[in-house]
Amino acid sequence: MRSFEYVRATEVSDAVRLVSARPDAAYLAGGTTQLDLMKDGVLGPGMLVDITRLPLAGTERRGEALHVGALTTMEELAADPTVAERLPLVREALLKGASTQLRNMATIGGNLLQRTRCRYFRDPDVPKCNKRLPGSGCAAVEGVPRMHAVLGANERCIALHASDLAVPLVALDAVVHIQGPTGERRILLRDFYLLASESPDVENHLVHGELITGVEIPLLPAGALSGYLKVRDRMSYEFALTSAAVALVISDGIIHEARIGLGGVGSRPWRALDAERELVGSPPGTEAFRRAARVAVQDAWTLPGTAFKVELAQRCLVRELRTVSGVAA
Amino acid sequence: MRADISRGTTVPEVFETVTELTVNGRPSVLSLDTRVTLLDALRDHLGLVGTKKGCDQGACGACTVHVNGKRVLSCLTLAAQCEGRAVTTIEGVARAGAPHPVQEAFVARDGFQCGFCTPGQIMSAIALIDEERAGTDDEIREFMSGNLCRCGAYPNMVAAIREVVSEGNGNAVI
Ligand SMILES: Cc1cc2nc3c(=O)[nH]c(=O)nc-3n(C[C@H](O)[C@H](O)[C@H](O)COP(=O)(O)OP(=O)(O)OC[C@H]3O[C@@H](n4cnc5c(N)ncnc54)[C@H](O)[C@@H]3O)c2cc1C
Ligand code: FES
Ligand code: FES
Repeated sequence: MRSFEYVRATEVSDAVRLVSARPDAAYLAGGTTQLDLMKDGVLGPGMLVDITRLPLAGTERRGEALHVGALTTMEELAADPTVAERLPLVREALLKGASTQLRNMATIGGNLLQRTRCRYFRDPDVPKCNKRLPGSGCAAVEGVPRMHAVLGANERCIALHASDLAVPLVALDAVVHIQGPTGERRILLRDFYLLASESPDVENHLVHGELITGVEIPLLPAGALSGYLKVRDRMSYEFALTSAAVALVISDGIIHEARIGLGGVGSRPWRALDAERELVGSPPGTEAFRRAARVAVQDAWTLPGTAFKVELAQRCLVRELRTVSGVAA
Repeated sequence: MRADISRGTTVPEVFETVTELTVNGRPSVLSLDTRVTLLDALRDHLGLVGTKKGCDQGACGACTVHVNGKRVLSCLTLAAQCEGRAVTTIEGVARAGAPHPVQEAFVARDGFQCGFCTPGQIMSAIALIDEERAGTDDEIREFMSGNLCRCGAYPNMVAAIREVVSEGNGNAVI
């Protein structure tokens, strides 16, 4: 591992100034992505700015939204009473991610910025990776893709965004709060990520030095039905093959509001807006759910190794829609 | 990052940090290469080799310790990040010469074979009970899933944890 300077920041402004001033500086939060990739030789910053002591941990209820400080850990957010009561799908997604040890370390800001688990990206000995070495090609396309994307993916890059948390957050229209050297800005999480098919090496709209200070999550209306289903190769401590975050507002037998996020399929956490539109105005039922699921994956780009995900993602979504709405199979 | 890389080579001043670590209640001041993880600081600089290095990549849980009372992975934590925080390792859970009840239960229930994953399993199990997540066998399995055991001693570990909880002494010491 390359040598680096270690600096502990106690003020947001110091942290932003330090990282902005050096192109080879990086933030260190829980370290579960950052240190992992430094050990692998994928990342090699000359300076790490430890942000875990910034006063950005904890949650605050602001009207009908929950403001979550970027340094809140996954375990802390899962234990938050407002999350348990009004955002149960967020709690489920958090607790189905990683392990308790990792969730005690991993922060909400870091989770949204976690890098793909693509093994070709994570191995610097692999010469082809458009994410690591723009223009070099994509070894995953010719290799063994299983934990890879089918939406927002193409022959240039099929890297998956593996966050569970981000799946309900894009569905809920969470807003990312960002502090840069010259001021603050906000961006909808759903607009925050770029597609690997279009921009393998640049993954989001964060400019070097900008710090995520928090995430604002609009609460679900009281009475909304919601849940998160994660399908994986083993029962626990595994990334999703596919996942679905859904929230429905149903009254008088009609779906009035639908929110759908899909995980395990997209090069970014996937918001299925067309599928939501398909559901609104219909009565909840298997037919409507299947129609919506078909629409959700209609633009899939597959390889022999990833084609199964198109079917699996639909089944996963239909099942979770049934579960939350109580529609029998 | 490994201590054997940092040891014996002269590192420029700027890549070194003086870190005050409090491990098992005992403070010590270490001058370390910034790359040294908490795991390597414990094993190679403080001689506390009870904490094990399995994967060194955050995947296996063998390196589990408590920082400020929470279970974390010491292989993905920099030693420098722990300044001012209380670190507890497997060497620090016994009290007055008596093993921790979870340690005793692991012995009584044969909760291991080779023993390599055991310190991490026990640190995780102590935290699990403290988190009140040992209510059912399924809950124990789910919230112990970050600790892998290549010998497959899982059923006996679940039995050991269940026994500690049913006797109500999981939090007796620590
Ligand atoms: C074995 C293993 C299993 C896992 N399983 C899952 C899983 O099932 N589901 C899941 O969702 N995730 C999983 N993860 C990923 C894990 O959730 C992320 O690694 C973690 O959330 C990252 O958060 P962190 O605080 O550790 O970030 P760090 O590693 O500290 O940072 C990640 C990146 O974000 C940058 N950064 C961090 N915070 C900020 C900020 N506030 N502003 C700007 N930049 C910032 C850092 O510079 C770095 O580039 C797993 C990880 C491991 C190692
Ligand atoms: S050695 Fe830390 S998780 Fe394996
Ligand atoms: S007892 Fe051998 S690895 Fe667990």
